[in-house]
Amino acid sequence: MIVLEKRPNPSRAWAFATPVLAVIATMIAGGLLFAALGKDPVLAIRTIFWDPLFGDFASYTRPQLLIKAGPLILIAVGLSFGFRAGIWNIGAEGQYILGALTGAAVGLAFYPTESRLVFPLMVAAGALGGIAWALIPALLKIRFGTNEILVSLMLVYVATNLLAYAALGPLQNPEGMGFPGSRNLSQWLAAANLELFPGTGIHWGVIAAGLAVIVAHVLLARHVFGFAVRLAGQSPRAAAFAGVSPSRLVLACMAMSGGLAGAAGLFEVTGPAGQISIDFNVGYGFTAIIVAFLGRLHPVGILLAGLLMALTYIGGEMAQLQLSLPAAAIQLFQGMLLFFLLAMDVLTQFRLRWKGAPVVPAPAAAAAPQEAS
Amino acid sequence: MDLGGISPILLLASLMVASTPILLAALGELVVERAGVLNLGVEGMMITGAITGFATAVATGSPALGFLGAAAGGAALSVIFAVLVLWLKSNQVATGLALTLFGLGLASLIGQGYQGIRAPSTARLDIPLLSDIPALGPILFRHDWVVYLGLALVAGTWWFLSRTRAGLTLRAVGENHDAAHALGYHVLRLRFLAILFGGACAGLGGAYLSLVRVPQWTEGVTAGAGWIALAIVVFASWRPLRLLLGAWLFGGISVLQLNLQAANVPVPVEVLSMAPYLVTILVLVLISSGRGRARLAAPGSLGQPFHASR
Amino acid sequence: MSDVLLAIRGLTKAYPGVIANSDVSFDIRSASVHALLGENGAGKSTLVKTIYGLVRPDVGTMALGGRPYAPPEPRAARAAGVAMVFQHFSLFDALDVAENIALGMENPPPLRDLAARITEVSHEYGLPLDPRRSVGDLSAGERQRVEIIRCLLQSPRLLIMDEPTSVLTPQEVEILFRTLRQLRDEGMAILYISHKLEEIRALCEEATILRGGRVVATCDPRVTSARRMAEMMVGGTLRTPARTSVGGGEVVLEVASLTASSPRLHGTALRDVTFSVSRGEVLGIGGVAGNGQDELLLALSGEMRTAPGMVRLKGEPVGTCRPSERRARGLLCAPEERNGHASAPDMTLTENAFLTGRVREGLARRGLVNWGAATRFAERIIQSFDVRTPGPGVAARSLSGGNLQKFVIGREILQRPEVLVVNQPTWGVDAAAAAAIRQALLDLASQGAAVVVVSQDLDELMEISDRFAALNEGRLSPARPARGLSVEEIGLLLGGAHGMEVAHAHH
Repeated sequence: MIVLEKRPNPSRAWAFATPVLAVIATMIAGGLLFAALGKDPVLAIRTIFWDPLFGDFASYTRPQLLIKAGPLILIAVGLSFGFRAGIWNIGAEGQYILGALTGAAVGLAFYPTESRLVFPLMVAAGALGGIAWALIPALLKIRFGTNEILVSLMLVYVATNLLAYAALGPLQNPEGMGFPGSRNLSQWLAAANLELFPGTGIHWGVIAAGLAVIVAHVLLARHVFGFAVRLAGQSPRAAAFAGVSPSRLVLACMAMSGGLAGAAGLFEVTGPAGQISIDFNVGYGFTAIIVAFLGRLHPVGILLAGLLMALTYIGGEMAQLQLSLPAAAIQLFQGMLLFFLLAMDVLTQFRLRWKGAPVVPAPAAAAAPQEAS
Repeated sequence: MDLGGISPILLLASLMVASTPILLAALGELVVERAGVLNLGVEGMMITGAITGFATAVATGSPALGFLGAAAGGAALSVIFAVLVLWLKSNQVATGLALTLFGLGLASLIGQGYQGIRAPSTARLDIPLLSDIPALGPILFRHDWVVYLGLALVAGTWWFLSRTRAGLTLRAVGENHDAAHALGYHVLRLRFLAILFGGACAGLGGAYLSLVRVPQWTEGVTAGAGWIALAIVVFASWRPLRLLLGAWLFGGISVLQLNLQAANVPVPVEVLSMAPYLVTILVLVLISSGRGRARLAAPGSLGQPFHASR
Repeated sequence: MSDVLLAIRGLTKAYPGVIANSDVSFDIRSASVHALLGENGAGKSTLVKTIYGLVRPDVGTMALGGRPYAPPEPRAARAAGVAMVFQHFSLFDALDVAENIALGMENPPPLRDLAARITEVSHEYGLPLDPRRSVGDLSAGERQRVEIIRCLLQSPRLLIMDEPTSVLTPQEVEILFRTLRQLRDEGMAILYISHKLEEIRALCEEATILRGGRVVATCDPRVTSARRMAEMMVGGTLRTPARTSVGGGEVVLEVASLTASSPRLHGTALRDVTFSVSRGEVLGIGGVAGNGQDELLLALSGEMRTAPGMVRLKGEPVGTCRPSERRARGLLCAPEERNGHASAPDMTLTENAFLTGRVREGLARRGLVNWGAATRFAERIIQSFDVRTPGPGVAARSLSGGNLQKFVIGREILQRPEVLVVNQPTWGVDAAAAAAIRQALLDLASQGAAVVVVSQDLDELMEISDRFAALNEGRLSPARPARGLSVEEIGLLLGGAHGMEVAHAHH
C-alpha cells in the first residue's frame, strides 16, 4: 500500500515537472477519448498540438495563437494574485463582459470623432468597468462576509443578461437595420485595436498581456504586495500578525483581476470580436482559471500555459474542421488537463512511500560525502 | 400586460416543481459540506446527470431508469472529485471548479446526438384523498413522484443527521476531522460516501430539468442552478429543513419571473431573467450579515484538507 | 506489589529521519499511577499512540492482562479496556456534551439514558457536567472533564492521561488528583504523562523516563528529588537563568481599562485590563489557557484594534495603530502559536525574518524587498540564537518546535524592541532551548527593554518575573512583586477552582 508523507520542504523539481507531466497525461487520456469517438488519436493530437504551429495553414494560425492567448494571459495574471491569497474571483467572465460594455459605451458616445484619445479612454473605461464589477463581490465580502465565489459567479449571469440587453437596446447599431449588435468598432479607426505588426497577431491586448506578466513577476518576487499576497494565502493569521489588512487585500486582488479582465474585454471588442453582440463572450474568463492553475499561479508559467491553452483552442477548431471532432471534446480536454495537474500537485507537497518497508534513518556517516579510497 | 392571468394556486404548484432540481442538488451538497468538504462542482455534476439521465430515459423509454442513470452519472463524476480531494489532497475550491468545467464539456459531448428529442414523460402521481383538499391539494399533492422523493429526502436527511449514530459521526467528521481521527473514525471513507451521495443528488436534480422541467436536452440546461444550490446551502445554515424554505424561495422567484415575462410586463426580458441571480446575491448578503450567524453554523473543518499525521 | 496489567516489550517505531521509540520495555501495574516522563521529542506521544492503537509499532509486542495486545485502531483499544484523555482535546465544539461522549463510546445507549449516566458518573467523581451544554462554551477545565467522563463511562482498565494539568488551576489540579486516586483505589491503572515533576512526585508510585526514544531510567518518584528526575530527563545538569535586576526605569507600556470582545468564535472578552511595565522590568502574566491571553496579545500586537488610549507606548496612544506602525515605534510581539501565527510554516526562514523585520531592519525600500538583507538578517538570528537548521532557505515547518521558537523570539529580540510581549515563550520546547530563551528575555530586560511574559507555566513566571499578575476570565489582577508569592496565593489569583465541587469520595 502506498502512503503519502508530507515533505519538510516543497519540492521545486516537482513544481516544474508536474505541469509537463500533466500535459503528457492529458495527451494520452485525450488520445483515448478521441479513439473512443472513432478518430485516429495520433492524428487528432497532431492536429491540435502540431499543425497550428507548423502545419500547412501555420501562417494563418500562428497569429491566431497570440490573439487567443492575449486575453487568457491577461485575465489569468490578474486572477493569480487573488487565488494565491485565497480570494476566489471566479467571475472574470462577467468582468470581461462589463469591461467590453463600458469601454464600448464610452467610445460610442464619441462616435464618429477621429481623436487619438478615444482608444486610451476606452481602455481606461473598460478597466474601470471590470474593476467596478469585481468590487461588488469584494465590498459585499468585506462588509457582510458574503462568499465571493458565489457572488462573483452570480454576477456572470447578470452580466450576460446585461450584454444581451445592451446588444439589443442602448448599444444597438442605429444603422444596423434592426440586427442585434453594436457598430463595428474595429472599422472605426479611432477605436480600433488593430494588428500592430502585420502577420503576427500582436495587438494592444497582447502587448498589455506581456506587460502584465512582467509587472506581475516583479510584484510577486520583489514587492511587499506580492509578499503580502503569498503570506495571506499560506497562513492568514501570520499575515494579520505581519500587519496585512485582509480587507485591503481583498479589494486590491479583486480590483486587479477585475481591471485586467475588463481591459481584456475591451481589447477583444475593439479588435478580434469587433462589436458588442449577444454571443460576444466565449468563455475566456473561465478558461483563464485553468490557465492560472496550469501556470502554477506564476506569471511566467501563466504565459506558457496561456499559449498552450490557445493552442488547444486553435488546434481544436482545426480538428473540428478537418476531423469533425466535436467542439465539446476540446472543452473536456481542457478540463482533463486541469484534473491531471491538480492530481499531480500532490507530488510537490508529498512523497510517496511503500507502506510496510521499515524505514531506518541513515547513520550520520552515510550522509557525509564519502572519500575515495 | 395581463397580471390577472396568473393564478396563485397554479403559481404555488409550479413553484413546487421549479424548486425540485435545486432542492435535490442542494440537499446533496448539504450532506457533503456537513462532512467537511466543499464541492463547487455541483453545476458540473448536475448537468452530467441531466444528460446521462436523459440518454438513459431515451434508450430505455423509462423515466425512472433515467433518474437512476442520472444519479449514477452524477455520482461517477463525483468520484473524480473525491479521489483528487481526499487522497491526492488537491485544493477543494480549484478541484470543484475543474469538475464544473469538465462536467459542462462532458455533458455537451454526450449530448451531441440528443438535441431536439423528447424525453418519455414522467407520469403525475396524485396522492389519493390528499390531492382533493381545496387549494392545498393542487399545490402539494398533484405532482410527479420526483417531487415527493425530494421532500422525502429532506425529511430523511434531517432524520439521519440529527437522530442516527452515523449522522452524528458525519457531523463530527465535518466539525473537527483531527479529533474524529483521534477517536478512530474513518474520515476519508465517510467523506467519500458523502461526496457520492452529493453527486447522486446533483445528478437527480439535473435530470429533473432535462426530463421534466424542459423536458428535452439543451446545452447549458442547468443555467447556474448548481451554483444557486450552493448558495441555498449557506442560506439554510446547513440545516435540511431550512433548505426547503430556500429552495421554495428560489423556485418562487423563477416561476414568478417566467410568469411576468409571459404576462408582458413592461420590464426588459433580460432584467427579469437576472432576477434569480440578483435575489441569490441579496439573500447571501442578508444571511451573512446576520451578525456572523451563518458562519457560526458552518462546519468547523469545511474546505480544509485532511492528512493523518503521526 | 499488584499485578502487571500492561507489559510492553521492545517497542520500536521509526519515522523517516527519526527513531521515535527504540526498544522500549516496561510494565504498568493495576491499581497504580505510572508516570511517563520525558522532554518534547523523547517519544512519549508515539508510545502512547501505540498503546491506544493510533500507531502500529515496527517491532515489539504488548500484553494486556496477560493476553497479547496489538490494537489495529483505537476502537480495538477501547474494546480491550484502554481509554485516553488527550493533551489537545479531541472534542467537537458545535456538538453538546452528551453527543461528544457518545462519539467516544463503542455502543452508546440512547442519548437520553446517556445524559442520565453522565450526570450520575460526573457527580460520583466530583466532576459535575451538564450533558446538554454545547462544548464550545465550556472552559478548558470543563472540557477536560468531558474527556475524563467519556473515558470513565467505558469502565477502562487502563486510563492514559496526556499532560492533563497544563490547563488547570492549582485548585483544579488538586480535585483532579483526588479523582485519580479514587480511581486507582478502585483498581484502575493510570498512565500519567507530564513534565511537571512536583505533580508526579505527589501522585505517582512509579516512573519511566524516556530520552531520545529510549527508556533511560525508572524510579520511584515519591523518593526521588525533582531535580534528579529532571537531570535524568535531560541527560545532564541544569542551570537556572541568571539575572541582574535593573528595575525602576520609566514606564514605557501602559494599558488602561482595556475592554474588547474577542474576534474569535469561542474566545474570551477582555474586561477592564490595566497594567504598566517599565524599562528593565519583566512582568509575568499567568493564567489558565483560554482566559484572554490570546486576545491580550492581539490587542497589544495591533491585530485587534481598540480605543486609542487603551494602549499607550511611551505616553502616546497606539490603540488604533496597525501592527507595522507599532513595530516602528518599538512595541514588538511574539504570539503563542509559532506555526502559522508567529511564522508562516511553508515559507523560508528568510521570508519569515522579513515577516516582522521589514520596518525596523529596513528590509524594504519604496515597496521593493531587499532579499539579500533579509537573508543576512535571518542568518544573524540563526547564529545569535543557535537555531539548528541547514540554512535560511528551508521552510519554517521543517524546524523542530524548540528551534522555531528560538528563531521567532530571536527575530524580535534582535530588532532591539523597547517593549517585547511574548506569549508562552517556552511551550513545547525542550529544556535546553527553554533555558536559552528565558536567559535571552532576561538579558533583553537588563539592556533596558520592558518585557511582558504571558505564560501558563507558573514555575517559569516565578523564575523570571519581577512582578506577577493573573488573567482570569478576561480580567487582570493587580500586579504584585513575584518574590515570595506562595502557590496558594497564586492559585487564588488565577481564580481558584472554577465551580468545581470537592469530590464526594466514598470508599
